Formats: sequence, C-alpha cells, structure tokens
Amino acid sequence: MPLEYTTISQISGPLIMVEQVREVHFDELVEVETQTGEIRRGRVLEAQEGRALVQLFEGTAGLDVSKSKVRFLGRVLEIPVSRDMLGRIFDGAGRPIDGGPRIVPEKRLDINGNPINPYARAYPSEFIQTGISAIDCMNPLVRGQKLPIFSGAGLPHAAMAAQIARQATVLGSQEPFAVVFGAMGITFEEADYFISDFRRTGALERAVLFVNLANDPVIERIATPRMALTVAEYLAFDLGMHVLVILTDMTNYAEALREVSAARKEVPGRRGYPGYMYTDLATMYERAGRIKGKKGSITQIPILTMPEDDKTHPIPDLTGYITEGQIILSRDLHKKGIYPPVNVSISLSRLKDKGIGKGKTREDHADVLNQLSDAYDRGKEARELAVVLGEAALTPTDRLFLKFADEFERRFIKQGPNENRPIERTLDIGWELMAMLPRSELKRLSDRNIEKYMPKRQAAADD
Amino acid sequence: MARDTGIIGKIVRVSGPLVVASGMSGARMFDVVRVGEKRVIGEIIELRGDTASIQVYEETSGIGPGEPVVSTGVPLSVELGPGLISSIFDGIQRPLNVIQSIAGDYVTRGIDVPGLDRERKWHFVPAVKPGDAVASGDVLGTVQETPLVVHKIMVPPGIENAKVAEIKEGDFTVEEIVAVLDAGGQKKPLAMMQKWPVRVPRPVREKLPPEEQLVTGQRVIDTFFPIAKGGTACVPGPFGSGKTVIQHQLAKWSDAQIIVFVGCGERGNEMTDVLMEFPELTDPRSGRPLMERTVLVANTSNMPVAAREASIYTGITLAEYFRDMGYSVALMADSTSRWAEALREISGRLEEMPGEEGYPAYLGSRLAEFYERAGRVVALGSDRREGALSVIGAVSPPGGDLSEPVTQATLRIVKVFWGLDDRLAARKHFPAINWLTSYSLYTDRLDSYFRKALGDDFPEMRDEAIAILQQEEELQEIVRLVGVDALGGRDRMILETAKSLREDFLYQSAFHEVDTYCSQRKMYGMLEVILMRHHKAMEAIEAGADLDLILEDPMKEKIARARVTPEEEWPKLHDEIVAAIRQGFSARTRAVS
Repeated sequence: MPLEYTTISQISGPLIMVEQVREVHFDELVEVETQTGEIRRGRVLEAQEGRALVQLFEGTAGLDVSKSKVRFLGRVLEIPVSRDMLGRIFDGAGRPIDGGPRIVPEKRLDINGNPINPYARAYPSEFIQTGISAIDCMNPLVRGQKLPIFSGAGLPHAAMAAQIARQATVLGSQEPFAVVFGAMGITFEEADYFISDFRRTGALERAVLFVNLANDPVIERIATPRMALTVAEYLAFDLGMHVLVILTDMTNYAEALREVSAARKEVPGRRGYPGYMYTDLATMYERAGRIKGKKGSITQIPILTMPEDDKTHPIPDLTGYITEGQIILSRDLHKKGIYPPVNVSISLSRLKDKGIGKGKTREDHADVLNQLSDAYDRGKEARELAVVLGEAALTPTDRLFLKFADEFERRFIKQGPNENRPIERTLDIGWELMAMLPRSELKRLSDRNIEKYMPKRQAAADD
Repeated sequence: MARDTGIIGKIVRVSGPLVVASGMSGARMFDVVRVGEKRVIGEIIELRGDTASIQVYEETSGIGPGEPVVSTGVPLSVELGPGLISSIFDGIQRPLNVIQSIAGDYVTRGIDVPGLDRERKWHFVPAVKPGDAVASGDVLGTVQETPLVVHKIMVPPGIENAKVAEIKEGDFTVEEIVAVLDAGGQKKPLAMMQKWPVRVPRPVREKLPPEEQLVTGQRVIDTFFPIAKGGTACVPGPFGSGKTVIQHQLAKWSDAQIIVFVGCGERGNEMTDVLMEFPELTDPRSGRPLMERTVLVANTSNMPVAAREASIYTGITLAEYFRDMGYSVALMADSTSRWAEALREISGRLEEMPGEEGYPAYLGSRLAEFYERAGRVVALGSDRREGALSVIGAVSPPGGDLSEPVTQATLRIVKVFWGLDDRLAARKHFPAINWLTSYSLYTDRLDSYFRKALGDDFPEMRDEAIAILQQEEELQEIVRLVGVDALGGRDRMILETAKSLREDFLYQSAFHEVDTYCSQRKMYGMLEVILMRHHKAMEAIEAGADLDLILEDPMKEKIARARVTPEEEWPKLHDEIVAAIRQGFSARTRAVS
C-alpha cells in the first residue's frame, strides 16, 4: 500500500499541490480519495523535492484541502489491453460504460507510448478505398497515413467520419480490420450517432470506442486520445490488424491542454495555447504509420472544427504542419446541399502519389486527378468572373468550364451518405464529366488514357 | 563513454524535459550529464551556485527528486570519422539503425550507443610519411568511405609544429592508432576518429566571401534567386506550400559534394521517404546513388524536444567536418521553427523572461550564430584547401504569417529568401516560390560568374523576365476591373509571355522524371526562347500584326514541351524553336492573311 498524504496545500483549476511528499516521480499516476470516498486520478506535472504538482483528470470540484488523501502509485498511466476490447465502449478514462464485463488484460501499456524509430518505419503506400469520390480520387488515403478533416461548426464531419469507418477497405484484401474511435468533449447526441451507426451496420463488432462527452471531466480529454492510440498500437502491431483511428474533436482536446497550461501560469504561445502544443499534438499524430516487418498499420483521421472556419487558427495550423495532408470542408458547398462538402481545391493528401496508379487503383488515376482539379479550378475562376462581369462576358470555353464546375460538384463530389462508390466508378464519372470539355483543353491526360477511357460518344462527336 | 568526474548531484525538480539538480559544484556549462537511475542523457544549460538546470534528451517520466545526476565532464560532442556517410542519426548522433537492433521498432530510453561503428574496419592510405612536418588540419591520409567520398583524416585542431613519427597503411577501426605524431618531444597517438563539441564552430584559417553558385537544378532558384556556395537561404511557407519538397529537391540535386539533411521536429514518414528514395536516385553528375554523399539527422516531432534543440548543432558540426576536408557541403534544416519552439519550451521551463510570442529574447542571436557557421573558407592545413558550407533552413510560420519572430529573426541573417505562397500552391503552381516577394542578395555578386558560366547576356535576360512578371501583376489589376479586352496588343502580349514564363519555365514538377532536374544549359535555353518569342511578337505587333494569330502560334506548344524534354533531346528542340521564331511572326501572319 503506497503512502497516503493529506497535505494538499493548494487547489487551482485542475491542479493540486501536494506537500511533504517523498519518492515522487515525474508523470507518475496519482489517486486522490475525496472525503466522500470517491477516487479521482491524476498525474504528476512537476516533481520537486518535497512537493508535487498534480493534474487531476476528473477535475477538482468538491475537493477538500484538508481531508482528501493523495496516493502516488509509482507507475505512469497505463491501460489494460486485450483482444476482447473489440466491440466495447469505454469512457474517456478507459472504464467500460456499455454494461459489459471487465476487461481481462493481456498486457498493460503506458498510454504515452514511445516514438516509432524513423528507421523502422515502412512508407505508407496501400490505397484505402473509402467509397467517397472526393477522397478516393482527389485526396486518396493510404494505410499508415494521418489525414485530418478540418471542419467547421455545423458541417457534417460526423456523418463523413462514420461513412469512412463503415466503408473503408483495401482493395482485394481480406485482412483483419478494426476501428478505434476516440471522442473528446463531443455531445451525447453526436456520440450516440456514432454508436448507433456502428451498431446498425455491424461495425461495432470490430470497433473500440472511447467516449469523453461534453459534460465529462475536461482534463480527462488529455488522456482519451492517448488511450485510443495505445489500444490501436496493440491491435496493429501486436495482433497484426489494420486499424483506422478516428479522433474527434481535436479542438476540444487542445482547449483542455490550454486550460492546464493556463492553470500552471505558463507563458502562452499564440492565442493562449501553450508553446509546446505542436510537440504535444505530434506525439499523438505521429503514432500513425507502418512498421517494417509488421503486418498491421495505424491510419488516423483526426477531426477538428476550425474556429470561425479559419485554417490559420493554431489548432488546424499546427495539425496541418504535422499531418500528411488535410481534408477541408466548405460551408459554401454545404449550403448548396452538397454532401460531402469537401473543398477539393485546398484539400491535400501528401501521400497520394505512392498509393495510386496501376496495380493500386487504376493507371489513369493520376491523370484524372490532375485534370479534374485543373478544370474545376478553372471553372471556379470563371464562376467568380461571371459574378463580377456577368455570364455573358465569358468566352465560350469559359462557359463550358463553368458548367463543368457545377456538374463536378453535383455529380462527382455529391453522393449519398450510404453510397459506397468503388474507385472505378469514381474515375468513370470523372471521365464522363471531362467529356464535356474540348479535347484541346485536356492537357493533363495522356493520349493512351483518352483512347481507353474517354466515353466514345463524345470522342466521336469531337472529331 | 562517460568518464566519471566524481561530480554527483541530486535531482530536486523534474518538469518535462527540464531537470534541476543540486550538489553540482564543479560542473561546467553545457557538460553532458547522466540523469537518474535510468541514466538518461542531459546537458547543463544553467548554473546557479551548486544548482544546475539540465535539459534532458530523453523522456523524463518516472524520474523523480532524490535520484542522482552524474556529470561526465565533457560537453555534448559528436564523433567524426569514417562511417558518417549514408548514416541516419538521431539528434544526439545515435545511429537509428543501431537503436533499432537494440531496442526494436520504438526509440526507448537510456540507450547508449556510439555515433561511429567501432567494429568496422576502413582501409587507411597515408598521405604523409614519417619525418614530415604537420599541423592542425593537415591531411594524414585518406579512406575511401563511399565510391563518391574520399574521407580525409586530418590532424585535429590544437596541434602545431608536429612531426610524423609513425604512420602505416592498412585496415583499421576508427579507434585504432593509425599515426603517432611527435609534438615537441611529446608523442601524440592519433586514431581516425576525433570528437568535437557541437556548440563550438570548428576553426578555419580564413573566411572568404562566396563567389560561385550552388546549382540546384531548380529553375526558379537558379535563375531568379540563386544561392552561392557557402551562402545561407531560408524557405518560409505555410503548411502544404511545399517546403519539404523543396528541401528534398535541393538535397537531391544541388551540386554540393556532401549533403547533411537535418529533419528537425518534422514527420517520421518524411525521413522514411528520404531513406527509401535516396539510395534509388542517382546523382546527375556522378551517376552514383545519392545516399553515398548524404548524412541524415532525424529528430522527428514526436521524439524528445531537447534533442531537437541539439539536432541542428549535431548536423552542422558534421557538415563543418566535411567542409574542413575541402568539400562543398550543403546542410538542409527542416524546420528551424521546430528548433526555435524547442528553445522556447526549455526557456519557458527555466522561467526566463519571454520575448515576442513566448520565444526567448536570445532567439535572434542563437539563429545568427547558427547561420554564421555557413561560409566559404580556407580550411586549416598547409595546403590551404577551400571548402564551403551552404545552409538552407525551412521556416514554418504559424498561419503562414511572415511577421512572426522566427521568420523575422531569420530574414535578418540569411541572404536568400524563397517565400512560399499559399495561393500559388492552391493553384498547383510548384515550386510555390513567389517571384515577386522572394529575393537573393547574391545575384549581384554572382553576375560575373553567370556571364562566364551561362552566357554574357544572362543577367539582362533574368532582369527582363522579372520585369515582365512584375508588369503582369500590375496588368492583372486592370484586367480584374475592366476585363482583358480593354488592354492593347502590347499589354496582352506581356500577359501572354508572363503566362509562358510561369507555366513553361517557373513551374517545375518535382515528381516528373525529367522535369525534376534542369541543367544550367537547358535553363538558359528555355529562358532564351521564351524571351526571343516575346521580342519577335512585340516587333510583329508594332508592325501591325493580328495579336490573335500570334497567340495561336504553334510554337507555343513546343515551348511548353521543353520542360519535359530530356536533356539529350533538348538541343534539337531548342534549335527547332529558335529557327521557327527567327522566321518571325510578321512573315507568317501576313502570309495567313
């Protein structure tokens, strides 16, 4: 039994200062027993000679300076992991909340993990088909990638994430696949949407859910994504599964981080977020990847809502610097009734080149991607011009591009939340749309691909 | 490797990467210490009485007050000798491949591995014989480290007026004695390996102003914003604007003899990419794999933050060592902003008074000290060999806002600014270097070099091209207001040529096998034909030719193809285009009408 201290000298925000302690270690797990017998957990933020600064995950409300007992457990925060966690739902601190039995651990793992040795990494290159054209064709996701969704308040990122979780598959592969879902500070309704969606489609069986709701302890959110990732690492690299990790909403996580930093009176960086937020986010995002000689993989889709849709806000900004691209949702498209409202012009998948082409998707993928993106950008320029000068001022070619842009949004980007479009179908739609444009404008397409894939009717009409 | 100095302190405080220990009297600033029972590696960064503040290069969780701190009495140093090339090190020169063989796929704590392989034998060929007089920097002998790199074993700094007593050819490990010097009656045995503290610049005989271009094979850089061998450059840009691609392109194609690439607080997969790609890519000059001239230092964003602070010093010390051998070395640091953030984090934990945005007040001077280690030099040694160290730092300004402290402090020091532009990247124009805001302070100095190496008229051609692009910007304003039809023929031709400059010349695909590298000759020729067409068209317009016919000219497509035309086919295409342009617009446009 570890020593019990009743020497809390100060409580401030989520932090407590414990005096006259001996043998305390940095980052050590702490238990605080309140006067009512309730146990709260925390970790040591600063270990000094004779005193320790402790951050409580469940907050300090109702804590008493004189009667609370503090125990230092001599180990860091760990999570018991087991194959049986699949199909289960936990709270943000890793306790089952689905009424199921306790998990009998096969292992206990430090939730902070260790950095993957860059030398041990294998480069991500296997295409994941999500069944969403705006992602599959324009911003392809590969196994081991970290590709966040930058959303805004009121945009349908949850529906998109659920759709990806349901439909994601690697072509021609029957390998074991799992979803780990980490929710930080989302509403009950949103969490319920995911849980019932997973239940409805049977995805729950191969999923592990960690749910910290909006009214759950704020500081617990700092641990939630780390627990999710630790389980993901176990499933991926110990059990050889391909794991998709969805973390939502990283904005709430960053806010919890800011709260702790403010309580410590640290010198703030931009907009009050701590200067170490980049490193802190990186220690989570960088846990995605593949490892040479290991079967499994971790693919991450963190979701964050951009305050005021501003991608230069520190949360999306620092995320974008770490992740391998970003899917940015657009309010304009959403207002036009286009789901998923992906702004393909500013979205990016950095690993796309390695995951597409012959033998992976289809030989014409790169051509189609470049041409569609060029033509759509040109169409949008024409649209802007038409707003200023009127459509009549456009050249006939520009008018074609304008029409293309409208059709591209309506037929290519737009699809049903339950529509699982195979990549071939996505590319074919792309070709149908490009057939609207004059051949001489399609500079990104090779003659061979045009010959093979361009719908014949149009090709004939063009000659 | 740690000598025991007998200085053993006791931890009194642990806060993230910062550990404070008391009882450290006798310890010196920047000495390396072993912290706690796990003996993790740290460095003293502040001394107050007998209390030392220590930045720790490994994770500190589980370490607590009361545990011992042992000083090794030596500053943080790197090992220099054969075995550096083709290696990948972490921020404190531990080889990551060795860490993997010891600890598995993750970097765990307390791993103590030397920077250089102690087992491997290298063939040493003496360059001096017994009785020869030698001093610091003189080459004792050589080792063929890779087919591309002859590693020169030099007399370490600090030895003067010595004579070679013994020296032998043969296969040795880096620790075995290859030569014995007689320095004033004192015997000095020397092995191939030497050590050097990373925070101290290696001494040189003389610094020289740069005068030769570092050719990068990237058109926008080589033409408009060149960097000199021994120069400094920075690449600031928001995420997704292609900083890392540019850094990789420079590491691949610059005509430096040695490349040191420091991945400082960036993505793990990017280092994997380099590790995968560089052995496959061949150097356009030697035909050998690029890896044979490359040293990698990788401290990714999730690795301990203090080691990130050290990583750029580790990198630049390795680079200086090769410069001292007389090589032209280029160091890429991606990204210096992450280094500055590491500095900020440590400074915050030390409770120092912050400067702008929480960065320490000494941010500017630290950056200046780092970049000042670049330069063209005469190395120590009697043969007065010249070496150069060019430094190219990426900067990641938050939100792409260039007014932030790291960018501003960097701009005060470096001579070349390649400003990456979000809007160009969104328009898929790569490299997204903004030609209106970027600059190089080497252009004037390099002009005489350009006239000799490329053509007497090159500086004028460049200035004209920039002027056209500048005019385009102004004309675009008008077009936005009243439409393109309001412009006269000359102005429309300027827009046409500017477009050609942008799309056929400045645009360069890093992923196209031909376009990824452009030789100086081809670059000159491309610019030449674009401007030639412009002049001819202007003449034709003056003579009253129809602009629409000029704009539909088929030559345009040929010029557009130049980018992707292989070097060996380029002269033919060039001559074709030149011949067609010579024929002139006026003749043909008249013939048509």
